[in-house]
Amino acid sequence: MALSLHKEGIAGGRLSPEQYAENFSDLHPPLDDHEALVEADRCYFCHDAPCMTACPTAIDIPLFIRQIATGNPLGSAKTIFDQNILGGMCARVCPTETLCEEACVRETAEGKPVQIGRLQRYATDVAMGRNKQFYTRAAPTGKRIAVVGAGPAGLACAHRLARYGHEVTILEARPKSGGLNEYGIAAYKSTDDFAQAEVDYVTAIGGITIENGKALGRDYRLSDLVEAYDAVFLGMGLAGVNALRAEGEDCDGVADAVDFIAELRQASDLASLPVGRRVVVIGGGMTAIDVAVQSKLLGAEEVTICYRRGKEQMNASEFEQELAAAKGVVIRHWLQPRRVVADGGKVSAIELEYTTLDGDRLIGTGETITLRADQVFKAIGQSFVPEPLNGASMTVELERGRIKVDAEGRTSMPKVWAGGDCVADAREDLTVSAVAAGRDAGESIHRALTSNGRA
Amino acid sequence: MADIRNNFVGIKSPNPFWLASAPPTDKAYNVVRAFKAGWGGVVWKTLGEEGPPIVNVNGPRYGAIWGADRRLLGLNNIELITDRELQVNLQEIKQVKKEWPDRALVASIMVPCVEESWKAILPAVEETECDGIELNFGCPHGMSERGMGSAVGQVPEYIEMVVRWCKNYTRMPVIVKLTPNITDIRYPARAAKKGGADAVSLINTISSITSVNLDTFSPEPSIDGKGTHGGYCGPAVKPIALNMVAEIARDPETRGLPISGIGGVTTWRDAAEFLALGAGNVQVCTAAMTYGFKIVQEMIAGLENWMDEKGHRSLDDVIGRATPNVTDWQYLNLNYVAKAHINQDLCIKCGRCHIACEDTSHQAITAMVDGVRHFEVLEEECVGCNLCVNVCPVENCITMQPLPAGTLDKRTGKPVSPTYANWTMHPNNPMAKAAAE
Ligand SMILES: Cc1cc2nc3c(=O)[nH]c(=O)nc-3n(C[C@H](O)[C@H](O)[C@H](O)COP(=O)(O)OP(=O)(O)OC[C@H]3O[C@@H](n4cnc5c(N)ncnc54)[C@H](O)[C@@H]3O)c2cc1C
Ligand SMILES: Cc1cc2nc3c(=O)[nH]c(=O)nc-3n(C[C@H](O)[C@H](O)[C@H](O)COP(=O)(O)O)c2cc1C
Ligand code: SF4
Ligand code: SF4
Ligand code: SF4
Repeated sequence: MALSLHKEGIAGGRLSPEQYAENFSDLHPPLDDHEALVEADRCYFCHDAPCMTACPTAIDIPLFIRQIATGNPLGSAKTIFDQNILGGMCARVCPTETLCEEACVRETAEGKPVQIGRLQRYATDVAMGRNKQFYTRAAPTGKRIAVVGAGPAGLACAHRLARYGHEVTILEARPKSGGLNEYGIAAYKSTDDFAQAEVDYVTAIGGITIENGKALGRDYRLSDLVEAYDAVFLGMGLAGVNALRAEGEDCDGVADAVDFIAELRQASDLASLPVGRRVVVIGGGMTAIDVAVQSKLLGAEEVTICYRRGKEQMNASEFEQELAAAKGVVIRHWLQPRRVVADGGKVSAIELEYTTLDGDRLIGTGETITLRADQVFKAIGQSFVPEPLNGASMTVELERGRIKVDAEGRTSMPKVWAGGDCVADAREDLTVSAVAAGRDAGESIHRALTSNGRA
Repeated sequence: MADIRNNFVGIKSPNPFWLASAPPTDKAYNVVRAFKAGWGGVVWKTLGEEGPPIVNVNGPRYGAIWGADRRLLGLNNIELITDRELQVNLQEIKQVKKEWPDRALVASIMVPCVEESWKAILPAVEETECDGIELNFGCPHGMSERGMGSAVGQVPEYIEMVVRWCKNYTRMPVIVKLTPNITDIRYPARAAKKGGADAVSLINTISSITSVNLDTFSPEPSIDGKGTHGGYCGPAVKPIALNMVAEIARDPETRGLPISGIGGVTTWRDAAEFLALGAGNVQVCTAAMTYGFKIVQEMIAGLENWMDEKGHRSLDDVIGRATPNVTDWQYLNLNYVAKAHINQDLCIKCGRCHIACEDTSHQAITAMVDGVRHFEVLEEECVGCNLCVNVCPVENCITMQPLPAGTLDKRTGKPVSPTYANWTMHPNNPMAKAAAE
């Protein structure tokens, strides 16, 4: 074992099967019944609760926690799903430390918020474990809606519309549904194939057909959808990855973090997934942390995140930075990539330049440092790829590179709504925000198709 | 260092913490363990008549209610008096008393309400050289169906009669244990005093059903699908017991009658409260049954510590100190005005005070001020009810602040009067005594 652990270059099988299993088990293990009761009892049942205001889907948190405390986990799950049908995934992946738990009054009181995320997981696990369906569809309306993308935004929109009795077809480019829940979220946040189980749970309401392998712009055009359906919702996420703009970034061993994570998420045997001995990650957000931590967990000896600004500017939350540090990832600040050094076509090192602020402007100081690396991950942000949208003559207006929408999620094109990562709105790029956007767009579509809610 | 030695109706013990008559005092084995742990005294599990022993149920005897993290708040039991042979108990009492002469050992007795029965058992108990007897007139289940326990305790005339017999047939101090399952605790206490009792002890357990099983629809504890009312005790009953102790302590007819305080004593603080309201010592059952005998160490150290801090040298400095401050509603000062005040530095903005006052009191606490979440008392609405103080999760965040005489009460628009005035003098009271001009 020791030999493969320190194998030079990019290699698989660095760890024993037990180590892989342990490293990729639940980040926050589920609460058992007693733990849930004790934790639920810590909630003060606040009036106009700050946690609820901080939740992008506005789940009635005090109510669902009280329902756990009184031994009614199913009622609790319904309270959650009423606002957020992907409450199970959100319970696992939400950066609660910057959302509900940051706002919790017990955070103010004692620096120890009620563990809202874990309680939410407890309740939703009970309901999903029993496959308890809370919603029945309203009488069929005869209206048909196309949803592009089976990510959190698309699923939330589809579920809302299905509840109202509409017929929904989800067209998804990838072979599996779930969007980044399936392909992007860190493996230790979504264990046991939860993403797929959740897709099944959400679509079990009926009235939702998912067609996989159907890409907009490749297999059909937006104009086709607008013609064939009563409404269209676009929940396509961000398909593009920003470039490093560093010399030599095309050589072997330089990879997109999201692609690597997608591969990891789909790997049936983690030992078969090769990872470098010395890994350098460029970026400062959630993706950078996720790829760094997972590289480390796959057995990389040295993992270094290089971020071009300071700790305070990092998009990754305090909690995530600490998580990375705890797993042995080194985070270095004020460094930007200049050149990827290759040896025989393969990356061997990366040259970085120190940065500093000149007023508001980030500039290189000219001083450089070279870090040995046999694998470099690019995690400097994703971008929206608009080409599939505007293949036909009609155009959907963009804003700051993403789809422009109004407060209800309407795009510039009649009959077309959009939400989630692919739009330019005030929401953060988070699973929970995508759910909120999809749900709200679903409501808006329903109002539009039924003259204010009346069929 | 405070002296917590106790002298209760001539019975001496190194501290005022006795174990109440119950399973912890059922036999020598337990009692010796208790004495080793430091208990000042015990009241032996209630003895019955000579003859075939009592039988208990063979299923669950206890039910309970819990707070957060399953902290036991109230216990209920359907156990009867001792189910061991009288002679065995008497031998053990004698032996233990001999080995532990400095500890109080009182025998609890319950026999049928006929003179012969008492006449028969008392000499046998006296022979053990225990320190006194406690008459169990309190057990609310089982024994009461047979005309004993609370069936006697609920009829003052019977109490007086039995106490008289006991005083006739023994030289030992007689403590009468009262049942709380009665509308006015002063009547049985007066009867005990009239009969010549040396003291009363209270409370015994309160008739109760702790819960119902919603699958089987049986009350808990369930014996083969059926349940019966049991006796309730533990922290939940303390407020009821405190009131009953105070009622007896301040009743002119029983004033001065020694009281052994029982009911929910769990910490030194509970004990100090009983003493302050007039109890000469305390007895403990549920706390020991929940945590074991070791808790007495916390009780002893806590009581001593508090007494040292406050400069109380002996229990006599404490006993009855709060009794004069217990009065009737009609004598409370209606000119005393207090208003809630929120310490903004401590406030964590949970909003509980607001919603409690808004929904159920006097709409006197803001939730939002200038668009910002902010909780503040509106003095012009606050009636000083104290609800917000009780629901606030942060200790001392909301306090009730008395308005000094002369300041304007913004609610009534009147200045606070410096003089004491109660309901008996109030103009709205048709029975008011004309103020002495
Ligand atoms: C590595 C990584 C880790 C993350 N970790 C977290 C986390 O821990 N917590 C958190 O809250 N958020 C996290 N996020 C962000 C979160 O995953 C996204 O905000 C969220 O998934 C957005 O949902 P969406 O439905 O808008 O888009 P997506 O989840 O991206 O789903 C879009 C779907 O549309 C499909 N699609 C795209 N183009 C087409 C087309 N032309 N035709 C048909 N289908 C198409 C895609 O295949 C995909 O299934 C992470 C993101 C990444 C990249
Ligand atoms: C299981 C059990 C059995 C009891 N048996 C007796 C008894 O035999 N005689 C008696 O006088 N009181 C009996 N009691 C009442 C206790 O002595 C005591 O008065 C009551 O429990 C209140 O005190 P606590 O709140 O400290 O438990 C019993 C209580 C319990 C819980
Ligand atoms: S803020 Fe915290 S304590 Fe208040 S309701 Fe929300 S979870 Fe409960
Ligand atoms: S004391 Fe009573 S009336 Fe005054 S603010 Fe508090 S709850 Fe309201
Ligand atoms: S109950 Fe207490 S902590 Fe909560 S808002 Fe009111 S004053 Fe603040």
